[in-house]
Amino acid sequence: MFAHIIQTLPQVLIDGLTLGAVYAIIALGYTMVYGILELINFAHGEIFMSGAFIGTAILIGLTGVGWIAAFPAVVTLILVLLITSVATGFLGMGIERVAYRPLRKSSKLITLITAIGMSFLLQDFVRFITELKNGNYIVNTPSLFSGKVSVSASSLSSSFDDATFKVTFIVVLIVALCLMIGLEIFVNRTKWGMAMRAVAQDPDTASLMSINVNKVISLTFFIGSALGGATGVLFALHYGTIDPYIGFILGLKAFTAAVLGGIGNIRGAMFGGLMLGILEMFAAANLSTITGNVLGAEYKDVFAFAILILVLIFKPEGLFGKAVTEKV
Amino acid sequence: MKKLISRLEENKKAQIILFFIYVISTSGSLMLAQKSVVAFLLLLFSLLLLYFMSLSIKLKWLIAGVILIVLLPFSASQGPAYESYMEVSTLVGIYIAMALGLNIVVGLAGLLDLGFVAFFAVGAYTYGIFATKQAANFMPFGTYPLSGESFWFFIIAGCLIAALFGVLLGIPVLRVKGDYLAIVTLGFGEIIRIVFNNLDKPINITNGAMGLSSVTPPSIFGINLVYPSQFYYVVLVILAAVIFIVRRFEYSKVGRSWKAVRENEIAAQAMGIHLVRTKLLAFAIGASFSGMMGVVFAAKQTFVDPTSFTLLESITILVMVILGGMGSVPGVILGAAVVTILNLQVLTELTDWFNQLSLNGVISIPDALSPAKMQRFIFGGLLILFALYRPQGLLPAKQSTFDLKELKEEADEEIQPVIPTAEKNVNL
Repeated sequence: MFAHIIQTLPQVLIDGLTLGAVYAIIALGYTMVYGILELINFAHGEIFMSGAFIGTAILIGLTGVGWIAAFPAVVTLILVLLITSVATGFLGMGIERVAYRPLRKSSKLITLITAIGMSFLLQDFVRFITELKNGNYIVNTPSLFSGKVSVSASSLSSSFDDATFKVTFIVVLIVALCLMIGLEIFVNRTKWGMAMRAVAQDPDTASLMSINVNKVISLTFFIGSALGGATGVLFALHYGTIDPYIGFILGLKAFTAAVLGGIGNIRGAMFGGLMLGILEMFAAANLSTITGNVLGAEYKDVFAFAILILVLIFKPEGLFGKAVTEKV
Repeated sequence: MKKLISRLEENKKAQIILFFIYVISTSGSLMLAQKSVVAFLLLLFSLLLLYFMSLSIKLKWLIAGVILIVLLPFSASQGPAYESYMEVSTLVGIYIAMALGLNIVVGLAGLLDLGFVAFFAVGAYTYGIFATKQAANFMPFGTYPLSGESFWFFIIAGCLIAALFGVLLGIPVLRVKGDYLAIVTLGFGEIIRIVFNNLDKPINITNGAMGLSSVTPPSIFGINLVYPSQFYYVVLVILAAVIFIVRRFEYSKVGRSWKAVRENEIAAQAMGIHLVRTKLLAFAIGASFSGMMGVVFAAKQTFVDPTSFTLLESITILVMVILGGMGSVPGVILGAAVVTILNLQVLTELTDWFNQLSLNGVISIPDALSPAKMQRFIFGGLLILFALYRPQGLLPAKQSTFDLKELKEEADEEIQPVIPTAEKNVNL
């Protein structure tokens, strides 16, 4: 049993890191919004999905005019990432303005319900636009980086199997790293970042310190959604196939990652995302071996949700969060 | 116009006469024009009119009973569309019971449950497994499928098992509040669906994605119930019981503690309400209605598979509650009826109509925009619109409110007679 687990470990780590990077950046969006508004933005998974579709549409368009052949892939990637993240950023800002801001004073239940409604609305909106254009709502993304690299892990130690990864794995990892470092710098070193932290701590006091709370909240949504959209592009590039319903479950797992790392905590979200990705891939590869074929790889989603429930029961503040007491 | 309505509000006789004219004309037109969905809907609409009439509650129930038990089946039975109307009515009944169950959890106790359909699935599979050969795979004794008579026992069993699952979900979730709760219940709903989808190995319990087919139809006095028109009465009886129970709970001590927990947990706890017990009870009772209807659903469809229990179903039930009005029993009944009919009748009729139009070349609606596919869009839109503009729903819950001034005045009036006598005593 252990031999099998160790054999597959290199491949599990590679796949897990890719998935974990995706989870981590989406989790950032959840955690930022939650930190400021204490609201689970259910529509965030759908913003990620919209990003994937917008990026794919741009790529298909660029392929049509012959851009892909003329320019290096890195330039195209940066261009697509920029356009998509600006578009999804405004989408997120718009959602906040239309659906969440009017309800800021009303009960949390109602805001949550609007968020769910928003997520369903977006899913179907993307579905029928794609179906109108394409005839089918499952879309294949044109590949920008092709090629596979194999890592001969067996040369390190004979107990490992060789692993392979696509070139996009490196792209996903590098872009994700850049985004996360960029966000860290933005939040900790700039004036706007300071305003964001102030609003997260206490909106009323922040507004007394001449911080425009509404603007900061809009900005938070913009940044979170832009990151989500960019991740969507990475996801589409790496996995190749997208449909309008990828966002919900993936968003849910990213939220799990955010909870795992301590909601409201940016570094926690990054760590939680990576950890959840690796754990999930580990479960997918090894569940059937560990349980003697009782549970198969189909149960990997169950595994992720079980982690969520366990964390919420035993350590609701997450691995890096601070416990808060409720004020009366 | 306003004068007319206000005069009508005072005049009971005119109300009754108009109502009878309305009911007779709609049921008459349903009898004559069999394929008219409009007549069918208008006849159902009479129940809403009945709700607004100023009659005594017992009389209202009596009239509603007559319409539902006699008039609706009778006037629909005169033509070929009979079974399809009864099918719709049966499903409306099933969804009303589920929405009433969710209403206890969301509307009264304020716990957002996004995995509610899981309990429905539990109920459906409870009957489905034992009423097919499936149970023989893991049960060492007894012969399966069980006979149709066992259905009546399984209604109770489904109710209890779903309640058990409700408590099982409730226990871990109790430490979790508000939005976390929504996520955990959502995850729970998904877990249940995935488990049912994959429980065909190592022991084949649910037959996996293939689902359970040819579920034994229930039987009573030797008659097998196979037609929707027969299930209609089963559902009606259960529904009546559910509404009765919900009404009793709402105004009981438990119901008031649910509302207290919804408004403020900490304050409720300070007033001596046992939080754990109150919340678990809400989960258990809400789930039990759903489980009961799951059993009926499995028997009616004679087929159970995991695709009937997706997240979309959970959200649909939530839409019913929000649309009707959280915490309001008549509202939720209305919401469930509207959403189910919208889903089953209006959207499919519209789709057919559009298809006809595009066949005739009048307009062409692309397949992607066909109304039957737009469920998510419509329900999402409804959730947002209602949350933004009418969070109390179509028929808001009646909250008995107390005006402090009036209470004081009343108290003063009660005290006043005492004071003069006291003065008199002094004078004497």
